[in-house]
Amino acid sequence: MAFLEIENLQKTFGDLRVVRDFNLNVEQGEFISFLGPSGCGKTTTLRMVAGFETPTAGSIRIGGKDVVNVKPNQRNIGMVFQSYALFPNLTVAQNVTFGLKVAGRDKATIDTRLKEMLTMIGLPDLGERYPFQLSGGQQQRVALARALAPAPQVLLLDEPLSALDAQIRVSLRSEIRAIQQKLGITTVYVTHDQEEALSMSDRIVVMHRGIADQIGTPVEIYNHPATRFVANFVGTLNQIEATVADPERGVVEVAGQSLALERKLSHPKGASVALAFRPQALHMGKGEGEIPVRGRISEVQFLGAVIRLKVDVGEASISLDAFNRAGAELPVTGSELTLSIAPSDILVLGD
Amino acid sequence: MSKVWAWGALIFGVVYFMLPLIGMTEFSLSMRRGVYSFDAYAAVLADPQFQATFAYSVVMALATIIFGILLVVPTAYWVRLKMPEARPYVEFITLLPLVIPAIVVVFGYIRLYNTSSWLPLTGSVMGTNILLMFGYAMLSLPYMYRSIDTGLRTIDIATLTEAAMSLGAGWVTILARVILPNVLASVLSGAFLTFAIVIGEFTIAALLDRPAFGPYMQILGANRAYEPAALAVIAFGITWACMGLIGLVSRFSRYTQVKR
Amino acid sequence: MPGQTEAARRLELRWLGLLPFAVFSVLFLILPTLYIVIGAFQTPQGGFTFQNILDLNTPSIRSAYWVSIKVSFASALLGCLIGFAMAAAITIGGLPKRIREPLLTFSGVASNFAGVPLAFAFIATIGPAGLITLQLKSELGINLRAMGWNLLSTPGLVITYLFFQIPLMILIITPALDGLKKEWREAAAILGASGRQYWIMVGLPILFPSLLGTLALLFANAFGAVATAIALTGPSLNIAPILLYAQIRGDVLGNPHLGYALAFGMIVITGIANAIYIRLRARSERWLK
Ligand SMILES: Nc1ncnc2c1ncn2[C@@H]1O[C@H](COP(=O)(O)OP(=O)(O)O)[C@@H](O)[C@H]1O
Ligand SMILES: [Mg+2]
Repeated sequence: MAFLEIENLQKTFGDLRVVRDFNLNVEQGEFISFLGPSGCGKTTTLRMVAGFETPTAGSIRIGGKDVVNVKPNQRNIGMVFQSYALFPNLTVAQNVTFGLKVAGRDKATIDTRLKEMLTMIGLPDLGERYPFQLSGGQQQRVALARALAPAPQVLLLDEPLSALDAQIRVSLRSEIRAIQQKLGITTVYVTHDQEEALSMSDRIVVMHRGIADQIGTPVEIYNHPATRFVANFVGTLNQIEATVADPERGVVEVAGQSLALERKLSHPKGASVALAFRPQALHMGKGEGEIPVRGRISEVQFLGAVIRLKVDVGEASISLDAFNRAGAELPVTGSELTLSIAPSDILVLGD
Repeated sequence: MSKVWAWGALIFGVVYFMLPLIGMTEFSLSMRRGVYSFDAYAAVLADPQFQATFAYSVVMALATIIFGILLVVPTAYWVRLKMPEARPYVEFITLLPLVIPAIVVVFGYIRLYNTSSWLPLTGSVMGTNILLMFGYAMLSLPYMYRSIDTGLRTIDIATLTEAAMSLGAGWVTILARVILPNVLASVLSGAFLTFAIVIGEFTIAALLDRPAFGPYMQILGANRAYEPAALAVIAFGITWACMGLIGLVSRFSRYTQVKR
Repeated sequence: MPGQTEAARRLELRWLGLLPFAVFSVLFLILPTLYIVIGAFQTPQGGFTFQNILDLNTPSIRSAYWVSIKVSFASALLGCLIGFAMAAAITIGGLPKRIREPLLTFSGVASNFAGVPLAFAFIATIGPAGLITLQLKSELGINLRAMGWNLLSTPGLVITYLFFQIPLMILIITPALDGLKKEWREAAAILGASGRQYWIMVGLPILFPSLLGTLALLFANAFGAVATAIALTGPSLNIAPILLYAQIRGDVLGNPHLGYALAFGMIVITGIANAIYIRLRARSERWLK
């Protein structure tokens, strides 16, 4: 039995169905990300777990106990908001110990816990400051400490890094993950940033229009997207329309070229499918055991370490990244070239 | 539910505010025994004193508004464009009329500008009228300045000024033809508020002994029964109209103004 | 150096743009006030003295200040409480959203409906022959007058002042209530706090500077009000602004410099109240930015 179980969860606002049929089991100590575009229902789902929204239907169980009718202040959950939401009239120390104080803990416990928390977030000396005297990154650390101080059973974070500068975002990302792993706390992390989700999570839930499109490890999500939406949303993806020529041997045709995918296809002969692959799966020249594809360079983008090429293959345009090696010549726009890709790197997406 | 207290507070407030309004309306209609009539209004409107003092106050209000615009628009514009460091000081001064009671300032006027002073404004009727207008302008300064300054904040005056200058406009043209039309809504808001303040103002006019509407109402109140209630209804109507116009103007400008 | 003089002249020209405003505010705001303030510390011969200030300590003047302070404070406190309750009702009280705009518009009107006509409205309502007074007498047999009610008194003044104090409070405190972020309430709740604990530890402390500051502002607002008091009670009621009014008209104190001192005392009181307001507002803005 999983620690946090969400079953057939639904939420409608008037006519608007924001969460449609959401199912998820989170194991104890797991770090789960909700990843999806803005407006897909991530926050709403999280707020139902926190207790700020009442589900239209479905159940939420924490540690086997149904919490749908439990008030937020009885759920023993920690939450971190995008806007920090620190209490502006309280010092850092008072903010962090807020949960312990309302729970009526004794002073000694509170003081020890405060020290522990401030050290954990790397701000041991800032206890007496007010929130307005802190930078955004510091404020969000304090908010994290405040959420963790009462030792909640679940930690919820709603786009906690979106309001911060790019640099702090990256460093705080690994800090949050480290703290989570150290405490072993079950965590749900909402983000629309795929890099964040891929780098931090044990598993990712890719959400799309109120449904969990795919649930899997970062590697599964990235390498084996289950739907077109997931494939498109996570990472850059090349897609070419192809026609199935021989499903048994896995041969498809693209712009007059036959490509052997070396696996059985479930689609009938003549069906049109989309071939999808990451830019970095392609490389220039021929390779052993790989599929050659001919095309014409339409654009060369020099990005420093990487050179991004756009190559026309028939009607389709695909992009690939080549490393910029000293001494290597820059490819020229308009020239013909042969690209190669390993058959296993090509995904065949149905409709 | 916890909404009970909210409804309670609201209803208490509504009753408190409605009763005097109902009271004055009822009273103003009760001049004739036994039936409601507009007699009190007829009596007030027919009173030549009413007509004279009301007209006087309207003229004073208009003069104050014009003077206020001529004073505040260039000042607020100049502070924003060229002298941001003077801003706190100017703002502080514009707030002083809320701190210093008007009766104190007018006390100073009477002593400072009497017949034997270097600027004997109270020595002549015209001089006293002008002094009264300055007093009103002082009284409405906080509202006028705040309103116009807020309006200026929403437009890019530096760019507008440069554009106008590159087309050869002078300062007067820039202010009158470029800046003023762009902050017209805020200027009008300030103007209507000024009108509402000036039209019934009592203290300054009474102490400077000018035949304004405020002192007239007070004298009438001391001598009559029903007419004052009619005056209160009229005054309330004027205040309401001024506030309504402010709301209208700001709503209108929200649709016409391009956001920066 | 020519460049420097050029820059200096530019600077002067810049200042020239403020000249009209400076002249106006000096002549019609600052000088008149200074004249009174200086006069308060002068003998009739022009020498410096504290005697005028000390002379304020007569029973009549003391009582005038005291009654003024009582009326202003009572109307400010009640205005704050009632205004806060109403503002809270339309912001966080969960009332229909439609109520909010009309109430704010009405508050704008009522806060400006002061002075002489306001007094008339209350005379017509709870004056000796007012609507409520007569109705209570004829319908319920309650004789307000016999019960000691008199509109022309300090309680009457307080009730009348509330007509502009409450709306002013609503107008000032509504934005502050709007500034209470939903996230603070939610953060407190998820940390285990009850609604009461949230208000005691977070909500009210955040509002406190605004509440106290507005109290000071309402106090100053009532303290300087002359017209309503005169129209309501005539020149007889002994409160500071009416006493000053009578002094300006006819030197009832028999000493012009004592009049300056009386006015100076009013500036000091409203000045302190406003200083409190400005300080506290700055503090809450620092929190809420
Ligand atoms: N209280 C509400 N009332 C009505 N619609 C809402 C409410 N909260 C969210 N929505 C709508 O639900 C949709 C999903 O919102 P949200 O869960 O915040 O998305 P996300 O966090 O993924 O960006 C949005 O279209 C939003 O407008
Ligand atoms: Mg969201």
